[in-house]
Amino acid sequence: MFERSKILLVATLLTFAGLSHFAGGISPYYFDILIGIGINIILAVGLNLVNGYTGQFSLGHAGFMAVGAYASSWLTLKYGYSMGSGTLNTTTVFVLALLGGGLGAALAGLIVGVPSLRLKGDYLAIVTLGVNEISKGVLQKAEPLGAQRGLGGMEQHTNFFWTFAFAAITIYVVLNLVGSTYGRGFLAVRDDEIAAEAMGINTTKYKVLAFVLAAFFAGIAGGLYAHFKQFIHPEGFNFLRSVDIVVMVILGGMGNTAGVVVAATLLTILPEFLRAVSRYEWLPEWLRHVAENRMILYSLLLIVLMLTRPQGLFGNFTGKRNSKLQ
Amino acid sequence: MIEFIQQLLNGLGQGSIYALIALGYTMVFGVLRFINFAHGDVFMLGAFAGFYLGPKTLRLFGEGPSYSGAFAALVVAMVLCAVIGIVIEKLCYRPLRDRPKLTVLITAIGVSLFLENAGQLVFGANPQSFPELIVDRALEIPESWGAISGLTITVSQVLVFGVTLLLLFVLRYVVLKTKMGMAMRALSFNPVAASLMGINNDVVISFTFGLGSALAGAAGILTSIQQPSIDPLMGVNAGLKAFVAAVLGGIGNLPGAALGGLLIGVIEALVVGYVSPTYRDAIVFGVLILILIVKPTGLLGVSEREKV
Repeated sequence: MFERSKILLVATLLTFAGLSHFAGGISPYYFDILIGIGINIILAVGLNLVNGYTGQFSLGHAGFMAVGAYASSWLTLKYGYSMGSGTLNTTTVFVLALLGGGLGAALAGLIVGVPSLRLKGDYLAIVTLGVNEISKGVLQKAEPLGAQRGLGGMEQHTNFFWTFAFAAITIYVVLNLVGSTYGRGFLAVRDDEIAAEAMGINTTKYKVLAFVLAAFFAGIAGGLYAHFKQFIHPEGFNFLRSVDIVVMVILGGMGNTAGVVVAATLLTILPEFLRAVSRYEWLPEWLRHVAENRMILYSLLLIVLMLTRPQGLFGNFTGKRNSKLQ
Repeated sequence: MIEFIQQLLNGLGQGSIYALIALGYTMVFGVLRFINFAHGDVFMLGAFAGFYLGPKTLRLFGEGPSYSGAFAALVVAMVLCAVIGIVIEKLCYRPLRDRPKLTVLITAIGVSLFLENAGQLVFGANPQSFPELIVDRALEIPESWGAISGLTITVSQVLVFGVTLLLLFVLRYVVLKTKMGMAMRALSFNPVAASLMGINNDVVISFTFGLGSALAGAAGILTSIQQPSIDPLMGVNAGLKAFVAAVLGGIGNLPGAALGGLLIGVIEALVVGYVSPTYRDAIVFGVLILILIVKPTGLLGVSEREKV
């Protein structure tokens, strides 16, 4: 009844609730980074389910984040203020809208995942990338959602508590899932798809399940992001945003939730650090340009990691020692 | 009707570019069974090779635009891209050859991102206008030819299509009639058996990368002659569409890649002409998803059984 992990989750949530009272004292700049860390943890831990544990390769996570962001914003804009004074308070509407955004993203994940997950990793990468671009293109044309102008006017509901509560729930769900029968299924699909199939595992089912869950969490993260920034734009969910998340997963170690959490935190702070570096005038001009453009560093990081340490910076604690990802 | 033919011609012009890039994807997939994500960026590098070296090669053949100068620029870009392709393979893909596919895929994405962003740093992020290598003008079709005299055909369109056809025939000759081509086919059939027969797999793989990258470089020059505005991210979209073309034709299948490229170009032109330019990119990915669901082996591909 009261397992350790559940008690731990509740304790964490209570701690965050307590801590959130002090969050007002943080300067807006650091608060912004803090919320960014929470959102990136949700995104990266979710994506790790697909790219890490299940051994697939999704390259369009920002697309699902966009679906969640727009869906939840649309919901709060439509229902938030009319209901706020009446039966439901605004926080409830906000959380329901977040879940709605998550479900919308999950649905999108299902629609994309069912056809494309029958295929091998390379194709999935391209299809998800394509879906990312298509969803961006559709949003740029969708007049009711602001099209090129972006969508604004949401109230700032996202606070320290909700961000890190959802991050904790994401980690809790992923860790428990990976320890369950389903998790064994994911790992089996990753380690040897043919052998898994021969053992009677419905590989497509497991792949789709991982994909849909990851999309759900991405949708939640999108909703949190939208209600923090109070303004969203299709370009904010482009391919490069997806790459950000993928780099977090790879740096942390595919299939290593703790490592991914650390990597998500580090990589959220890194751009701020680089921005500071690019202002050092004693550095050569070209180095300052490199510091300004974090994608150059990210791409080199990807290549060097794959050549020297494919298991990621923090190794692979949870996977089997003989896993194919070594 | 005349408008339809016009769209078809425009589509063939763009399609031949896709076909040239798609051939590189398909050849590399044939020998290594992985998708070289960075291929589209090699195409971009080809265009920039023309941007920087084109004016120099023109000067070799006198003042102003000339066909011989343009041809020299084409050759220079092809050679440069071939070298770049071989270097990329040596540095980034060869050390990973026995690793899981996912590792190689991530590296390829890394290489692609690196070329795009380093390109923005070195070449500048803004679009630049490509130097005029040939004098582009509309060909005049005599009135006496009847209805088709209403068509607009430009010199560049004819040139692009002609050069593409020429390159396709050269490629066909190389793959089917030379020893190296035979080695490529053997490697794609069974790498272990090929190396047992005395084929040096490393050399063949380098050659394949060089050949594919040279075609991408040629495509870079040709596309810039048609649409003289180039930027470091031009390879992303073109590369993705060429990849879709390769899948449409059946990945690993050379005639399939050429056919797929032309088809994608025509589909795109027809959508732009008759539906809306908005759906230009969406329709291509729609085609990809459709083909993956209905016939994952592509139009000309044969299904390959995975062995344990």
